[in-house]
Amino acid sequence: MFDTGVVSAAYLSAAVLFILSLGGLSNQESAKRAVWYGIAGMALAVLATLVGPGVANLPIVAGTFAVAAVIGWIVAMRVQMTEMPQLVAALHSFVGLAAVFIGFNAHFELETVNALDPAARESLTGFAGLLAHKTPVEINILKVEEFLGIFIGAVTFTGSIVAFGKLAGKLDGKAKKLPGGHVLNASALLATLVLLMMYVGNIGVEGRELTVLLAMSALALFIGFHLVMGIGGADMPVVVSMLNSYSGWAAAAIGFTLGNDLLIVTGALVGSSGAILSYIMCKAMNRSFVSVILGGFGGTTGPAAEIEGEQVAIDADGVASALNEADSIIIVPGYGMAVAQAQQTVSELTRKLRAAGKKVRFAIHPVAGRLPGHMNVLLAEARVPYDIVLEMDEINDDFPSTDVVIVIGSNDIVNPAAQDDPNSPIAGMPVLEVWKAKQVFVSKRGQGTGYSGIENPLFYKDNTRMFYGDAKVAVDSLLGKLA
Amino acid sequence: MKIGAPREVAQGEARVALTPDSALQLQKLGHICLVESGAGKAAGFDDDSYRAAGVTVVPTAAELWAALDVIVKVRPPEADEAAQLKPGKTLISFFYPGQRGEELAAISATGANVIAMDMVPRISRAQKMDALSSMANIAGYRAVIEAGANFGRFFTGQVTAAGKVPPARVLVIGAGVAGLAAIGAATSLGAITLAFDVRPEVAEQIESMGAQFVYLDFSEEQQDGAATGGYAAPSSPEFRDAQLKKFRELAPTVDIVISTALIPGRDAPVLWTKDMVEAMRPGSVIVDLAAERGGNCEQTVTDEKIVSPGGVTIIGYTDFPSRMAAQSSSLYASNIRHMLFDLTPGKDGVIVHNMEDDVIRGATIAFEGQVSFPPPPPKIKAIAAQKPKPKAEELTPEQKRAKDVATFKAQTRSQVTNLIVAAVVLIAVGAVAPASFMAHFTVFVLACFIGFQVIWNVSHSLHTPLMAVTNAISGIVVVGAMLQVGSSSTIVMVLATISILIASINIVGGFLVTRRMLAMFQRS
Repeated sequence: MFDTGVVSAAYLSAAVLFILSLGGLSNQESAKRAVWYGIAGMALAVLATLVGPGVANLPIVAGTFAVAAVIGWIVAMRVQMTEMPQLVAALHSFVGLAAVFIGFNAHFELETVNALDPAARESLTGFAGLLAHKTPVEINILKVEEFLGIFIGAVTFTGSIVAFGKLAGKLDGKAKKLPGGHVLNASALLATLVLLMMYVGNIGVEGRELTVLLAMSALALFIGFHLVMGIGGADMPVVVSMLNSYSGWAAAAIGFTLGNDLLIVTGALVGSSGAILSYIMCKAMNRSFVSVILGGFGGTTGPAAEIEGEQVAIDADGVASALNEADSIIIVPGYGMAVAQAQQTVSELTRKLRAAGKKVRFAIHPVAGRLPGHMNVLLAEARVPYDIVLEMDEINDDFPSTDVVIVIGSNDIVNPAAQDDPNSPIAGMPVLEVWKAKQVFVSKRGQGTGYSGIENPLFYKDNTRMFYGDAKVAVDSLLGKLA
Repeated sequence: MKIGAPREVAQGEARVALTPDSALQLQKLGHICLVESGAGKAAGFDDDSYRAAGVTVVPTAAELWAALDVIVKVRPPEADEAAQLKPGKTLISFFYPGQRGEELAAISATGANVIAMDMVPRISRAQKMDALSSMANIAGYRAVIEAGANFGRFFTGQVTAAGKVPPARVLVIGAGVAGLAAIGAATSLGAITLAFDVRPEVAEQIESMGAQFVYLDFSEEQQDGAATGGYAAPSSPEFRDAQLKKFRELAPTVDIVISTALIPGRDAPVLWTKDMVEAMRPGSVIVDLAAERGGNCEQTVTDEKIVSPGGVTIIGYTDFPSRMAAQSSSLYASNIRHMLFDLTPGKDGVIVHNMEDDVIRGATIAFEGQVSFPPPPPKIKAIAAQKPKPKAEELTPEQKRAKDVATFKAQTRSQVTNLIVAAVVLIAVGAVAPASFMAHFTVFVLACFIGFQVIWNVSHSLHTPLMAVTNAISGIVVVGAMLQVGSSSTIVMVLATISILIASINIVGGFLVTRRMLAMFQRS
């Protein structure tokens, strides 16, 4: 067995590797190395813990590991890239649940240690030993940390499960709230605070601490459930990154409880990463984080502008002939492409057009899809080269000189009302200015509105033609008709 | 309604306003089509081809004018033609009401409605009936062909066994529809094409057609074409000087000049002066598409081709579209057909002259005995106004520096404030918390800080892999569970084991899925 010093050194190395791993994601090439840093860091951390002091029941640990590795492997290899959002959400719930269990364990250990006489305490090792040497103030802080860990973990757990349900289509994606709405969340939060006081201050709960913790967990589970239920489909990228952040904070809180710096560092890294991602997503929608969390789109100041004109439909022949004549083409994919699993077909279309000497590029809005960067992953899966996949800021100025724009299953991110109509619920949100191109084709299932339920004036513009039908079938029908 | 086209009476006019094709379409709208015998002959449509399309061929113009409800023509009506109009009849043709006030007054006195094809507003909905554009397109193409016919060399550069041929250099002045068409034709013949326009926003269009935009070294506030409905406006004397200087510089190096510069409602600006013509090499060609309004070249003679003493051919024809009558007739007839389509909303052969409609209102110059020109401004702007450019460039260096300093100070202030607040909070925490907690807390705050610094650099396209990696890493809670699994209490052990299980699934799954994703990213 190695002593604490070696374990600490290993933890430090692991933390450095984790930082390198996140930092390496700054571009596609170094990212391939970065994931190995992460794996190495994790392996180091786990090994150091195994051989370090305070771990017993090694066979159980090893067995569990083996089972988990097999399950993880199967899940990771079988998941479709379009199912990535729900997978990430599901994995978050695991971290949340684990944090809850560990928090409870800390409580049980604390009870056990408290029950022992001083002499027996001295002989304790491991986590229990750590607890035994704490002063009363430290014990109180510990209780707060443990309480927070369980709370955040529980919120993450149910929140992620609801997010999973919505993303996997098992739950209705629309924003739903119980009567009472946010008052319900706020009062649950308030009740949690009261419970925290009771638990830490030992006010009137002598011998019933477990009940307090369980009550708090129930409240936290409810908050997680209700919070995410109240957030609609288009805001999902923010929700997922928010839950990502929570899972990190939960790990950090657990780290405080156990006095483990590696957990604290890693949790803080993950937590701040998720928080920044949420911030980036919110900025991309020109909405404050609070208004996303509160659910639904913000209140409007007046009636939305009337839209004049009509949606003009076009068939595959028309789109194909326009594509044959075009020199520069920009494709704007959205969630609709993911739903229809059309990325392979779109890739094939891109390949054909590029082979014909046309300039084909992709324009990706930061909140396209249901996960930050969702579209990039789908296009990468379909073997679309990443150097023709551009961000909104890189490509927005190029639309006026573009012959044809094909919008595949996106709606709000190409809505000109965000710029033109100050009364629109999405006014001020940065959007892809597709309408400035010479011609726009919108591949869309039918005439309905998008997730946000906002009319899109783009569909009524003179240079827009609606190409109705399932995205995959529609794009497929183009392939045969291209020269 | 009976719609028909008489034979054009103007000398040399070969176009016709109704073709067999457009007649077929008009009949689908419920109209009856007539044509004067021989009207389409010069454009290549004989009477039999009209008959085959179901058009009644009328022997004389007088009979036709008497029978028709809607007369479609190319050229503005002559006085004796206009005299045959009556209330209830509609005339659709070019008219140029801005320059022909007397004729307009005379024709409105007949009580007939007159739609001028040259007055169709320039909005996207009306593009299909924009006859000026379709004629300009033909003129631009034809100008290059005429230039080529009078130019003694190839357009394209070639290296042949008999020697090397340099490519022709073509300068196109004015990048309107005609100019752009000329650029397209000249570049596809292989010439090196330069193009100039006073509207800087067309530079992109010029470059998209394959020509180089000739930039002027001139810093005056450039005009915005959107304010004038997409047309050029007169420029300041200083700008003109700069422009002429540039042309003087280019004159000896270009072989062909195609000038298309027109300002609505004015004589054509003189842009190619005598000395520039003299500076050009012998055998060079100038095609002046503005000849009808006096010409952009000082020496242009309207409707004629002359050769300057220096051997430069100057072409001042004004009938380019008519020289390609088959093409121009079919395009013009289809512009007319689109106009009639808008005039027949019910597709039942009944003309509804809706003066509320922007396009119809704009093009109508005489309505029920009243002159209705000029039209009120259209409700829709022709081209979206360009957003005002940021004024930052206009700042003097001192102002700029002052502004930089101010921003820097503001940034420093906010950062320092944040730091102070953070420090106070930290000290407050430190004052009450025990040392063991503070050690962990330091680590926590530093880690948050590193996280913030690192994550900002992550590329947008890698946000999903980032989430998967952070998700995998957050499985580090497994360490916590491992520390507890050795507990003597059964429940703790069971819970810890479950935690290890799910956290490990998370780790393995997260990392594998990230690897799968990253492996897919590839360069083209």
